[in-house]
Amino acid sequence: MSRRQLFSSRRRRHDGSGFGSSELRNPERELHRFRRRLSFAAVLVALAFAGLFARFFYLQVVQHAHFETLAETNRIAIVPIPPNRGVITDRNGVVLAQSYSGYSLELTPSRIPDLDQTIDGLSKIVDIEPRDRKRFRKLLEESKDFETLPLRTRLSDEEVARFVVNRYRFPGVEIRARLFRQYPFGAIASHALGYIGRINDRDVERIAAWDATANYRGTDTIGKAGVELSYEQELHGTTGVEEVEVDANGRAVRTLKRTPPIAGDNLRLSIDIGMQQVAEAAFGDRRGALVAIDPGNGDVLALVSKPGFDPNLFVDGIDSASWQELNDSPDKPLLDRPLRGAYPPGSTIKPYLALAALQSGKRTPGQTIYDPGYFQIPGQSHKFRDDKPGGHGVVDMYKSLVESCDTYYYTLASETDIDDTARFLSRFGFGQKTGIDIEGEMTGVLPSRTWKRQRFAGKNYRDDARKWYLGDSISAGIGQGYNAFTPIQLAHAIAMLANDGIGYTPHLVKSLRDTKTGTITQIAALPSSRIDLRPDQLAVVKNALVGVAKEGTSAAVFKDAPYVSAGKTGTAQVFSLKGEKYSAHRLDERLRDHAWYEAYAPADHPRIAVAVLVENGGFGAEAAAPIARKVFDYYLLGGAASATAALAPRNVTGGSD
Amino acid sequence: MGNPIASVVQRGWEVLARRIDSMLFGAALAIVGVGLVTLFSASDQSVARVTSQVLSFGFAIMLMWVFANIPPQTLARGAVPLYILAVALLVAVAMFGVVVNGSRRWLNLGVARFQPSELMKVALPLMLAWYFQRLEGRLRLSAFAFAAVLIAVPVYLIKRQPDLGTALLLGASGFYVLYLAGLSWRVIIGLLLAAAAVGPLVWTHLHGYQRTRILTFLDPSRDPLGAGYHSMQASIALGSGGVVGKGWLNGTQTHLDFLPERHTDFIFAVFGEEFGLIGNAVLLLLYLLLIGRAVVITANASTMFARLLAGAITLMFFTYAFVNMAMVSGLLPVVGVPLPLVSYGGTAMISLFIGLGILMSVQAHRKLVAS
Repeated sequence: MSRRQLFSSRRRRHDGSGFGSSELRNPERELHRFRRRLSFAAVLVALAFAGLFARFFYLQVVQHAHFETLAETNRIAIVPIPPNRGVITDRNGVVLAQSYSGYSLELTPSRIPDLDQTIDGLSKIVDIEPRDRKRFRKLLEESKDFETLPLRTRLSDEEVARFVVNRYRFPGVEIRARLFRQYPFGAIASHALGYIGRINDRDVERIAAWDATANYRGTDTIGKAGVELSYEQELHGTTGVEEVEVDANGRAVRTLKRTPPIAGDNLRLSIDIGMQQVAEAAFGDRRGALVAIDPGNGDVLALVSKPGFDPNLFVDGIDSASWQELNDSPDKPLLDRPLRGAYPPGSTIKPYLALAALQSGKRTPGQTIYDPGYFQIPGQSHKFRDDKPGGHGVVDMYKSLVESCDTYYYTLASETDIDDTARFLSRFGFGQKTGIDIEGEMTGVLPSRTWKRQRFAGKNYRDDARKWYLGDSISAGIGQGYNAFTPIQLAHAIAMLANDGIGYTPHLVKSLRDTKTGTITQIAALPSSRIDLRPDQLAVVKNALVGVAKEGTSAAVFKDAPYVSAGKTGTAQVFSLKGEKYSAHRLDERLRDHAWYEAYAPADHPRIAVAVLVENGGFGAEAAAPIARKVFDYYLLGGAASATAALAPRNVTGGSD
Repeated sequence: MGNPIASVVQRGWEVLARRIDSMLFGAALAIVGVGLVTLFSASDQSVARVTSQVLSFGFAIMLMWVFANIPPQTLARGAVPLYILAVALLVAVAMFGVVVNGSRRWLNLGVARFQPSELMKVALPLMLAWYFQRLEGRLRLSAFAFAAVLIAVPVYLIKRQPDLGTALLLGASGFYVLYLAGLSWRVIIGLLLAAAAVGPLVWTHLHGYQRTRILTFLDPSRDPLGAGYHSMQASIALGSGGVVGKGWLNGTQTHLDFLPERHTDFIFAVFGEEFGLIGNAVLLLLYLLLIGRAVVITANASTMFARLLAGAITLMFFTYAFVNMAMVSGLLPVVGVPLPLVSYGGTAMISLFIGLGILMSVQAHRKLVAS
């Protein structure tokens, strides 16, 4: 019926040129025009489909033989061959991270009807632990469609053989040769080395930004932290390509062309793994950080963050239980303390303040004050207490450092403008990133008027919260108050002091070796900053620091050392006692003071500078200084005979010390 | 007869089926069936994919039913607000849209990303049909000029995203309404001539990838591993399928990973490889059946609004099917247009069935006004 209507309308046309010439008020005529136009369109539709059919006929009948041949020969697959990731060694060539190839059992979930059943079936052939299942679940949640995911890694030869025999029972499951990363020292130096993990969406963007997407085809892991992250591009290498002919089932039949991959650069770190082990052992179960630097070139000899973590856990994707354990632990094993922990420096700041006072003329070495055991701002009742109840009596600069007299520095701070102090301290790198070659470094806080104004800017704070008070200066004068420095800043500063004001940017990587050409690229060790200090003023402070280890706060620790060292203890308040007497055993462990020790040795010709922090360790002399002693003993005495031998040529080329 | 349950069931069925056009629905169902069968093969026998598509389909036919029960006059009332909303959203996309693959097409709604150009595909024909209905009997050239502005605004906004394919298709849908409303042939021919003249100018405004696509279309062997790859592999898939095809799940092009986008834009290549020329002919006939029925519904529509809307939906359905198949078989350059009711994707499935629902409503309500 309707069709007849449609076509009848066509027959009744011939009403002229259509629209536009006159006003058409006749709905009947308008309907006719509409149907005419619709019919015309319908004819075009039919013609277009006829055209499509003609095209299909041409492709599928006329040209069929041609395309069939093309489809037959169209069986060349281009397969990427991921390169071997570079080996990381310590300064003496001891391997810290390496890759080896092994077999892994891989599942393509989109091709497996019942995943649980398949995994149960597989567990009868190869050993699959609950941890593997959990990790696989986590990977599955994060995966994209059609992705292939590892269920078990590092299969034994026997397991591979057993699976191959049973392969037909498991569609969507295959064995693949993969490269695995291994960290033989486990948790030792974990924050310096970092780890690799599976490439995620953010990494994909990062790779695209390097314009390296093609080079990462076939690679499924990438550096996530530490040196593995910051030297990712050097470590990765160049992906090779294999052109293979595949049969109708997609299996490779033969290789047509092969461009081998080029392994990534091998990295030699400046770390001495022996020293690192000694240092980590010295911490025991305590939390903290240690940074040891060669003052003559900025080599980081040890970078300790306790507790650490086992980077091997991350390599194939960490299971959620282990991740939670690491992430939720109150000891914060994932926190990179030397770079990201900002602590009040306490008395370790005093040598720099003394130097500032000498340079500005505020103090002479012999000038004395009388210490009754506290300091008061004139006209105020609040007492800034000294750690020694009766006071230190008459104190000159030498004694102020050797006995760590707070009142001396309270007085000094009350006479010094905070902005002048900040300007001087900033030249030692306090409150700035040192520029070490791994990511994540914090700046800490070097307080000044500008800093306080910006820190407390905005409506949330009252105007007087932004003002700088004399009391702020007094607290800052003994390294408390707003001061917060990272252990690496402190190590960098004491290394600069040891090296008479010449600073090097600390670096973990000493050299890179191109595995193809064998070319070795040294990381340049040029001074990065220089402070002009008068030798006589420097000598006063350095002499006092020797006094600290000889007859001062850390003398007991260094009593029988066969070398002369210089250092300064520090105790940083975590919890303000509001004038009460500090008593360690009455306080909760987490509220106890942090213990600091900064030192270098040998005093006359420094080869090593360290900063040690023991969280909630109490007095610096008791908790931190013994760790520094062990590190010095290892480095300067027999403990590292081989290491010392390896170091010898460096001193010849170094030149500056 | 006395069974009350049976009569309730019967009554319920009548309410459900009352507005459903069996021929239109039957043809659509057959095409969806072809799509699911092909999708199973194209997705390497992924039950999950097929299930997800079936769920979209289920949701889509519910919406179809809803729209089949809305009288066209009711839809007309929503035309202006919907058009304004769609334009506003397109402006919002230009200002705060999410960039995906270098194009700013999506709005982030927190839960999901939403592509306002999809909404505009519905809003523009509605708006134009409403506008011409209002001016029924008083159509002058100036009315068409204003309608052209209504088309040009969203087309320009979408072209800027940049999404040239969608902009062109939207422009086409607008043009269909103008054509059916009776735009003078002289103007149409004049526009075509002008377009031919402006062509070279447009070329200089195209993005690099758009030019590459066109150049590669003209000579696919220019870049066999890059942009021309899709086109060549699709032709090989179709051609090697021959008359009867390689058989379901046996397409080598498909299963050896040579076909890109094989469950979305290039699904027709999978179908053509596995079912051959015979399969293609059957699919073409199914589309012709559906479009033919839609043309009949359009011709019988009772109001200007219903006619123009139904006509635009019909011609757009044809345009999608044609452009996709022409692209896969190498007659048109590669543009991102899915094959209606066959390609994997929930949004397209839903908007197509809404369109079919509107056609059914036009058919069901024709007598109410015609008298």
